[in-house]
Amino acid sequence: MSILLNNISKNFGKFAALYDVSLEIPEGELVALLGPSGCGKTTLLRIIAGLETPDFGRVLLSGEDKTEQHVSRRGIGFVFQHYALFRHMTVFDNIAFGLRVKPRKERPTEAFISKKVHSLLELVQLDWLADRFPDQLSGGQRQRIALARALAVEPSVLLLDEPFGALDASVRKDLRQWLRNLHQELHVTSIFVTHDQEEAMEVASQVVVLNQGRIEQQGAPADIYDHPANAFVSKFIGQTNIFDLSETESNWLQRAGILAEKPQGIFAHVRPHHIDIVKAEEASGSPVTLKDWQHLGATIRVELFNPQHNGSGATLFAEMPNERFKQLNLNKGDRVAVHIKQAHWFN
Amino acid sequence: MHANVHVIGDATGQANFKALHDPFWVRWGLVGVAVGFIVLFLCVPLGLVLYQAFSKGWQAYWTALAQPDAIAAMQLTLVVALITVPLNTVFGVAAAWAITRFEFWGKSLLTTLIDLPFSVSPVISGLIFVLMFGAQGWFGQWFSVHDIKVIFAVPGIVLATIFITFPFVARELIPLMQEMGSEEEEAALSLGASGWKTFFLVTLPNIKWALLYGVLLCNARAMGEFGAVSVVSGHIRGVTNTLPLHVEVSYNDYDVIGAFSSASILAGLAIVTLVLKSFLEWKQARA
Repeated sequence: MSILLNNISKNFGKFAALYDVSLEIPEGELVALLGPSGCGKTTLLRIIAGLETPDFGRVLLSGEDKTEQHVSRRGIGFVFQHYALFRHMTVFDNIAFGLRVKPRKERPTEAFISKKVHSLLELVQLDWLADRFPDQLSGGQRQRIALARALAVEPSVLLLDEPFGALDASVRKDLRQWLRNLHQELHVTSIFVTHDQEEAMEVASQVVVLNQGRIEQQGAPADIYDHPANAFVSKFIGQTNIFDLSETESNWLQRAGILAEKPQGIFAHVRPHHIDIVKAEEASGSPVTLKDWQHLGATIRVELFNPQHNGSGATLFAEMPNERFKQLNLNKGDRVAVHIKQAHWFN
Repeated sequence: MHANVHVIGDATGQANFKALHDPFWVRWGLVGVAVGFIVLFLCVPLGLVLYQAFSKGWQAYWTALAQPDAIAAMQLTLVVALITVPLNTVFGVAAAWAITRFEFWGKSLLTTLIDLPFSVSPVISGLIFVLMFGAQGWFGQWFSVHDIKVIFAVPGIVLATIFITFPFVARELIPLMQEMGSEEEEAALSLGASGWKTFFLVTLPNIKWALLYGVLLCNARAMGEFGAVSVVSGHIRGVTNTLPLHVEVSYNDYDVIGAFSSASILAGLAIVTLVLKSFLEWKQARA
């Protein structure tokens, strides 16, 4: 089911949670709503679900205006950050809930319900937990049961609020992969909320970046990373070095031989892997020294220090593959020549 | 060397004990005061009630309880509780739901007003109803024209008891429902459950022990209320005397056995309430 949001605004008292948000999500996508806390992403998700009503704007699901429709009739599946499993019911009863509360005419037989619940338990690979109660499960298991419960009513949209927020790092990594695979299997239009850009990039086919109640950019993960629409997106997605050219003489980077292109704005945002370094020649006069480095697994993050420059750009981060760093044969305190391969310019 | 270490260890142990514990006389003094207080003010009166009730033997006890006035008082007390407790259960759940699930103007005022019966003297509460429904009251004229008796009749007793006992259920539920949050209910709604189904299948099972606890306290107070009921009842023997009023009337008549046998029924109710209360607290802690 496709989702269309038209000019959604929502205020909580004097706080504007969402300001004139319009968004189109085609059928079958796995979309991440990404932004810092308080940016309105959860509110937007709850408006799509019908758990909040917008002050202005319309919510259209499959082209039908559902703005006034009650949450219980929207045919959405909602997975809560803290799972919200019914604590007095077994796992089986939790998953069966959505089928058992259907009006008598639409309600399937107990035999059908039992079959359906077990197939969902198999889907989430937890068939052996059917008789347990929620407080006997681990966080990751609870999250998967919550997902199975939401899927039981065969929703046309699956909405997940910070689905991995309360989990350990290792469990989170597994579940991300698992959610991606599950989506490829089921193809149900899904939206999840996250504040973790890595998670959004890894799981989603489309990323919507929100900030202070507005959409900053929407696109495929690669698009957003390679072509950030503005300074906020560039800063929020991935690491970036920021050079404020209004602070200093605007051409210093170019003159220092650091930057290959002419300045096209006031702020230059440079990804760490777009900074290349070599050991400086004795005579080159490059002031930049290698301060420290960190091992990130396959890559090395190098911390550079420019003593001639204070404010932005005094400390730079560069990233490069392990082997490349070994070839450079650098030590702490060595002077290096810096070359910036690419920058994003903002005003 | 070894012995030395041992001595030091012992000494610190002693010091620790002394540092963390008050002196002997403080500890046992406090325990003695607390126990003495409970014995003097709770156990002795309870024992005295039973002693007086049975002072002329079982036979006299039963005869006193079998008096028509005593039986009428027990029946009236039961009727009042049977009307009051269900009404205040529904009100309490509704109020707790409204306060914990909705945002509305005047919410904190409502929360404060629920506590009003706790802060107003019961006699004043009774007088309010006399002023409203009594012969000289605001609505008294209308009621007497239509030949409806509220004050000095059962409806007045019920009204006063409802007023006195309405905080109990809501007071128990509000903190619990606040702490639980509404995510489980939202989950039920998102799965297609109606509001009623959500309440009966999700909310009620989560609050049932607290609800029973509130109902129990509400019932104990409804059966035991004296002040407010005394003002509106008119003390008509066999007609508008509840059990607590019957105790007073009998005592004023120097009918010691009658007064204390009825009092023993109320004391028995209190003990049953206490036992059930501890059971519910234990259940709630495990739920």
